[in-house]
Amino acid sequence: MLGYVLRRISIMVPTLLIISIISFVIIQLPPGDYLTSYAAQLRTMGDIVQQEEIDALRQRYGLGQPVYVQYFKWITGILLRGDWGQSMEWQKPVRDLIWERLALTMVLSGVSILVSWFVAIPIGVYSATHQYSIPDYILSIISFVGVGTPGFMLALVIMYVAMTAFGLNVGGLFSQEYLAAPWSWAKVVDMLKHLWIPVLIIALGSTAGSIRTTRANLLDELNKPYVETARAKGLPEGRLVWKYPVRVALNPFFSTVGWSLANLISGETLVSVVLSLQTIGPMMLRALTSQDMYLAGSFLLLLSTMTVLGTLVSDILLAWVDPRIRMEA
Amino acid sequence: MATSPEAGSSLPQNNLEVAEELKGEEEKIYVAPPWRLMWWRFRRHRMAVVSAVVLVVFYFVAIFCEFVAPYNPEQFFIKYKMAPPSRIHLRDAEGNWHLPFVYRIERSRDEQTMRSLFVEDTSTRYPLRFFVRGDEYKLLGLFKTNVHLFGLTVSRDEQGIFLLGADRMGRDLFSRLCYGARLSLSIGLVGVFLSLILGVILGGLSGYYGGTLDVIIQRVIELIRTIPSIPLWMALSAALPPDWPVVRVYFGITVILSLIGWTWMARVVRGRFLALREEDFVLAARLVGSSEMRIILRHMVPSFLSYIIASLTIAIPNMILGETGLSFIGLGLRPPAISWGVLLQEAQNVRSLALCPWVLTPALAVIIAVLAFNFVGDGLRDAADPYAR
Repeated sequence: MLGYVLRRISIMVPTLLIISIISFVIIQLPPGDYLTSYAAQLRTMGDIVQQEEIDALRQRYGLGQPVYVQYFKWITGILLRGDWGQSMEWQKPVRDLIWERLALTMVLSGVSILVSWFVAIPIGVYSATHQYSIPDYILSIISFVGVGTPGFMLALVIMYVAMTAFGLNVGGLFSQEYLAAPWSWAKVVDMLKHLWIPVLIIALGSTAGSIRTTRANLLDELNKPYVETARAKGLPEGRLVWKYPVRVALNPFFSTVGWSLANLISGETLVSVVLSLQTIGPMMLRALTSQDMYLAGSFLLLLSTMTVLGTLVSDILLAWVDPRIRMEA
Repeated sequence: MATSPEAGSSLPQNNLEVAEELKGEEEKIYVAPPWRLMWWRFRRHRMAVVSAVVLVVFYFVAIFCEFVAPYNPEQFFIKYKMAPPSRIHLRDAEGNWHLPFVYRIERSRDEQTMRSLFVEDTSTRYPLRFFVRGDEYKLLGLFKTNVHLFGLTVSRDEQGIFLLGADRMGRDLFSRLCYGARLSLSIGLVGVFLSLILGVILGGLSGYYGGTLDVIIQRVIELIRTIPSIPLWMALSAALPPDWPVVRVYFGITVILSLIGWTWMARVVRGRFLALREEDFVLAARLVGSSEMRIILRHMVPSFLSYIIASLTIAIPNMILGETGLSFIGLGLRPPAISWGVLLQEAQNVRSLALCPWVLTPALAVIIAVLAFNFVGDGLRDAADPYAR
């Protein structure tokens, strides 16, 4: 087991390195850099910008150097000093900006994934054991609609309903008074009060998908001889279903934790923009449009790292849950 | 659809054994060609059939949007800024029945909130007619005509019809939705086509030759998939220069979307290749001395074509959603291009959403299109292998 984990980790390292290169190159793709867009912005506001000033700033940020030199500086800074570079727009080190947002993103995604499992597994099992019953049809239709509805559209609808029916503004993760406040117990409670709406929205898509997977897998398992054997032994139906076939049917949950995490983060990005949550999504969008490259690049790298870690965890979980999985890979 | 080689080998011997017992219906199943079996299977999936019809209607609107839309999508109706959807009546105020008509709409202002109010003036009726003459346009870019599917017979300065209301600038939302269908629905097709080409080539190489090449391609696929798609799409589309013309941005976005899409396609193709490589009919073809190219194109591709079509159908909604999401946050298509995502930008502002909720209708169109594709894909997947079970 330990050897397996170590092997997986040794594959992970080059993966992350390549991802960091890809992230950096993508962030460099837009024509011009932060300073050209900054200068353009100043000009539209009527300021006169001297080319010398821009050149001096470019020198200071090291933007004039070749891409590989910039990348090398950035990555060694991260690895050796935990320095993620300087955000040009915020005039702060990236390090001070990202961690709180990353933590909130992780809380949001983690809670969403748990919620979706807790809802999806019982419903999927019920749907499979009561195949072709009326509740099964209704649940199937609901889950199909759930798969087809993107989170950000649902967020729009919920915002509209909350606004017109209850006069509530559901945007944000905190109340006004806690927005700038330092972390305290009261702030956490306040966040939890706001958290459930985004969690429901983000969890919907993956819940619907998980219901479909559980149902399909369990239906395959229910016809197998070992289920018949257990039934012949006289095991009560409820215990039988949960003890054997469900455990096998849940394998894909563990094997796809990594990808469902990636999907959740994807969906979460747009939902956060709509609901203006204080997570990575809106800040990354801003950083991308203003070409604040170290900030945007760091976000892309961190999000990918989260998925890679998620995949690692899911592989380990799968090997632990299902001993039939070969560990050579 | 092309004949499956598996079918040819398994049918005759079965036929000999059970031929006498077969009558009517059953015999029909045994002698039917594969594409007909697929059609019978597909037909059993009711939702898939209904969805297929929905998709045909959607694509008809997309292709002939100038004809279906009553107005030019950029036409401003200053009188009708944020007008609600027109109500179509069959009975007038006195209780008499008529063919469908709309009342004259009078605009007034609420004294307190300064909001525009739109009130029906029940003394003037405007009949709704099919095939009315309106703005001139070129159908399919070829024929000049001015016939529209429906509309009012009076000039647009007198009274307009807004099936889904008007936006903040007083443009007819229904017309814009029809034009938006063209970009939004075609981007899925073009994107899937691009990912199909990439996916079949790379997946085919990976599955057919195996070995080191397979390992490399699989690692690349894993790598691409570990980067969350929407952040990656956001970063890539932020790289599209803002001064590009609409057409170029459109193709830029499709390329970006298919950069991730091809990985799914490659997986499907590779899986099929791996499964088929060991089949008897492939071995037979090889023994007869067929060239590699012939084995692939003539024997293997036809037998997994139906799987590919099914997974293509399932991949399209992702593309549509991707475009909608990107355009919605302003990184995808930009006005003056009209797509469903661009139309949804109107809904970004909570205040305008509260004043005119009908700007959300493009979301409904997206959801219906995505659902329909999912159902059709589901039905196709079931039908893809008509000999299973």
